Parts: sequence; structure tokens; C-alpha cells
Amino acid sequence: MIKLQGVCKSYGDEVTIGPVDLEIPRGGVTALVGPNGAGKSTLLTMMGRLLKPDAGSIEIGGHGVGTTPSKELARVVSILRQENHFITRLTVRQLVGFGRFPHTKGRLKPEDEEHVSRAIDFVDMHGLEHRYLDELSGGQRQRAYVAMVLAQDTEYLLLDEPLNNLDLRHSVQMMKHLKRAADELGRTIVIVVHDINFAGHYADRICAMKDGRIVEFGPADDVMTRDTLTRVFDTPVQMVEGPNGKLAVYY
Amino acid sequence: MAETAQAVDTTRESGPLPSPRARRRYAIVLASLIVLAVVFGAGLLVWDNPVPFGTAGFWKVAELRGTSIIVMGVVAVCQATATVSFQTVTNNRIVTPSIMGFESLYVAVQTSSVYFLGAAGILAVQGRIQFVLQIALMVGFSLLLYGWLLSGRFGSIHVMLLIGIVIGGGLGSVSAFMQRLLTPSEFDVLTARLFGNVSNANPDDLPVAIPLCIAAAALLWLRSRRLNVVALGRNVSTALGIRHRSEVMITLLLVSVLMAVSTALVGPMTFLGFLVATLAYQFADTYDHKRIFPIAVLIGFVVLAGSYFIMRHVFYAQGVVSIIIELIGGSVFLIVILRKGRL
Repeated sequence: MIKLQGVCKSYGDEVTIGPVDLEIPRGGVTALVGPNGAGKSTLLTMMGRLLKPDAGSIEIGGHGVGTTPSKELARVVSILRQENHFITRLTVRQLVGFGRFPHTKGRLKPEDEEHVSRAIDFVDMHGLEHRYLDELSGGQRQRAYVAMVLAQDTEYLLLDEPLNNLDLRHSVQMMKHLKRAADELGRTIVIVVHDINFAGHYADRICAMKDGRIVEFGPADDVMTRDTLTRVFDTPVQMVEGPNGKLAVYY
Repeated sequence: MAETAQAVDTTRESGPLPSPRARRRYAIVLASLIVLAVVFGAGLLVWDNPVPFGTAGFWKVAELRGTSIIVMGVVAVCQATATVSFQTVTNNRIVTPSIMGFESLYVAVQTSSVYFLGAAGILAVQGRIQFVLQIALMVGFSLLLYGWLLSGRFGSIHVMLLIGIVIGGGLGSVSAFMQRLLTPSEFDVLTARLFGNVSNANPDDLPVAIPLCIAAAALLWLRSRRLNVVALGRNVSTALGIRHRSEVMITLLLVSVLMAVSTALVGPMTFLGFLVATLAYQFADTYDHKRIFPIAVLIGFVVLAGSYFIMRHVFYAQGVVSIIIELIGGSVFLIVILRKGRL
């Protein structure tokens, strides 16, 4: 369970996020949605201890974020941000191998190699595993980073826009994979997504944010309504019945 | 299915040198560098020794030259390890530790000693105590800078680098101002100290310099697995359980010790560090610091010893080796970069 209590963060005088109180139950995929600047990424980043909240407490699976040593936390929760700047020359496989660092401190054993292989196959990059990261497209690199997070093998996964840069096929595949990881391996996955229909179809729960606060949190079907989405995004949204469930139409 | 998975698994490795070809290549590079280092080192020791081989005089000359080879080794270790680690923690392959103002501080100390005490002042800053004081001053200065800028509300490496540049520039201007007021003969004495030069080193300082250099470099070497992760950037390394800020602080502290030792020993040698680090990335071709460090140190020694060999036996120009390093090293650097097309 991820538990946030009174979490606040301010940027300057005007922009404030929170106070946020939220309890995300174990298991399943939770999607954070909302307009730009609503504070989704900030909230996710604070959960992943990459950013210190100004006030409040965050707990993941019983471990206090900020009080638990980073080393231990790295075996419980993994986080992936959008931009990742690196300078070293790495192959896909070497990058994914770094995901094992919290468990191995850098010495890869055969079983770690298996974890790495599985993560790479999971994101469909077997054929590209010996390519250098600077020889990949943005979407391929994104998948490599997701594979690294998967190789970290943590119960909680926080992903900031994992669908960024991905084409249609890989977006669908990524969401299916994440859903499968949640359903079959019992992982708890929190993602920030912009495509509301991806959220509606693949996520178990949706958490809608606006102006730094949580305005709606519940099962995906409950949030995917005309009124709620229109209110959250300040844009007229209509719901239509698609072949595989409800679809939001906003264009 | 199980069989194919097994067959695939043996080729699926994620080590720093994942294929037999990469491992062979690394071994060849390492071996050739060792051979080159030995050749240049021996060349410097015995080539063109004016005293006949085997006599007592011959060994006397070789001993004198041996000291400068040890100094080269110390400088190579300091500059190579410091620059590689610095570039890793700052996540930038263009900057060198001198950006933190080590060299401006050195120049300012040397200049003000001549300015205030006259030509004799250059002697006043030599000696073991003064050497230790200079190192302490440089390390203290950088600690102040890191401590102030990396903790607290700035907490940004870029702000730290920027302020380092500004302070370095300020110190440089002050030195330039004082230099203009010196008499030509004082200025001449000073200039000899401001070019990086192995013969600047005072053998009396080595008992202090060598342990410091070895200790700091060994600590960085032992931290290389962490440095590998730090190179992935702040976010990723934090997510992987590294305490990024303290890791950066510790590394910068060790870097400042190494830079201070090298600068206090022989004077400014920035370009050497940059050159060596960049060449080492090309030749080692791996992310693993454990493998980059030895290559960088060896390249540093080969470049230094090679430049001295050329300077003494080809150009007969005693003194300013940094010019040769920049000329030859710079050309090699450009050739390698242009051929490979990436940093």
C-alpha cells in the first residue's frame, strides 16, 4: 500500500501541490491523470524519493519514504522519470543490468543475468540488447529504461509517462505488459499517462489531479464519466461505447 | 524451448565488456599501454646518459631522472583519476576539475608570494610545510565551495561550477594585476613556476604527495561500482539506492585532494587531465570505472613521459613540457575524436 498524508510541495509563492492525502491499495495499475501542471509528476517523484516534500509523510509498503535508507527502499520501490541524462557509453543490456544494482551492488550473478534477460524480453528488445543507447530511437530508449526498472524487481513501480515516445504498437504492448506484471506478479504499479483512454482501458484505478490536488480517485469505470473528465480537463469530453468498453472523445 | 533458452543464455551477458572480442580488445589496449609506458620510462632513464654505462656516475644520473619519473607517475595518477571521477559526478565530459579554481588559486599563491616578498618569495612557498599548506588551502577552498553550494538551498552542481568559474576568473585577474607590477626579473622567476613542469617538483615533497595520491586514488578505485551508477544521473542513481549527494561530495573531496597534490607538486596541468580522460573513454570503450581508471592513468603516464622524451631528446627544449603536451596530445586528441566521431 502507498500511503500519503498531508504531502505538500510548493514552487515559489503561487504554485503549491497538496496537501495530498491518498491511499493506493496493493496490486493493480493506478493511473495518475490530469492537465499539464496539475502536479502528477511531482507527486510521483516525491513518492519515489527523488524530491523531498515540504511537509507530510509518504509510506510505501510499510517503509517510510525519507526515513528508510535509500538502499533498502531501492529493493521495494523503483521509479522512472521522463528525462534521463547519461554520459557513459552503455548498451541496452548493460543499462538493464544496472537495475540489479540494489540487489548485487554491481556484481552480476547468473540469476541476475536471467532477471535482465527476462526484463529485456518483456519489453521486446531481445534483438537490440547489444546496441548502444545512443544508437536507439527515443521510444526504444524509453523501453530500455522501463526494462531496467523491471529488472530491479521491486514490488512497487512508479513510472512517469512510460508511453512517452512510444508508437501505437509499443504503447499497447507496454500497457499490456504492465497490466500483466500487476495481475500475474502482484506488482503495484503507478503511472502517469496523458492518454485518458489508455488509462481507462488498462488501469484498475484512476487518480485525477488538478491544480495540485486530487479531485477524483476510484475504480477506472467510476472516473471515466463525461462530467468528471470534463471537469478535470476543462474540456468538453463525451463518452461513447467502444467495442472494448467506454471511450472518451474530446476532438 | 529450454534448450534454445540455454544456448542463448551463454551469449547474453551484461558485463562491462560483454563479448570476447571486447575483452580481447581491452587486453590489447592495456598491454600496449603498459609496453609504451615501460619503453618511455626506460628511455627517459637511460637514453643519452652522458656518463658511461655501469659507472657510479651513470647511476647517479639515472637516479635523478628516476625522481622525475616518479613525479610523472604521481601526476598521471592524480590528473587521470581526478578528471575521470569529476566528469562522472558532474555528468559532463567537457569540464575538468580545474574549473573549481585549483589552478587559479595556485597561480594566485605563487604570484602573491613573489609580489609581496620579491624574487626570494618563490623560495618562501617551497618546502614540505609550505607544500602541505598549499594542499590544505586548495582542499579547504574546494570544500568550502562544495559544502556551501551542494548542500543548502542551491544544491546544484551547475551553480557550483558556475561560481567556481567566477571565483577562478577573479583570482586569475588579481594574479594578472600583480604580475603586471612585478619587475621583469621577478616575473621571469615566477613564469617558470606557472607552466606545469615536472622539474618544478621538489623531491622533498614526494613523501607527502605519494601517500596522499595513492590513498585518494585507491578510494576512488574502490568506489568505482558506485561511480558507474552515479554516471547514470541523479534520478536514476537515487532510484537505484545510491545516496547521490553524499556520493558526489565524497568524490569531489577525493578529486580535490588529487588535484591539489598534482598542482602543488608541478603546477597547472589541466589539459593533460582532459586529454587523458577523453582518450581513456575512447580506448577503454566501457562504462566501468574499474577499467577506465587504469587505462587513463597509463595514458597519462605515456603522454607525460613521451612528451618529456621528445622534449629532451628531439627538441632539446628544457622546460615547458606543457606546450609539447598540448601540441602532440592535442593533435592525437583531434585525430581520435574526428575518426570516431563521438565523445
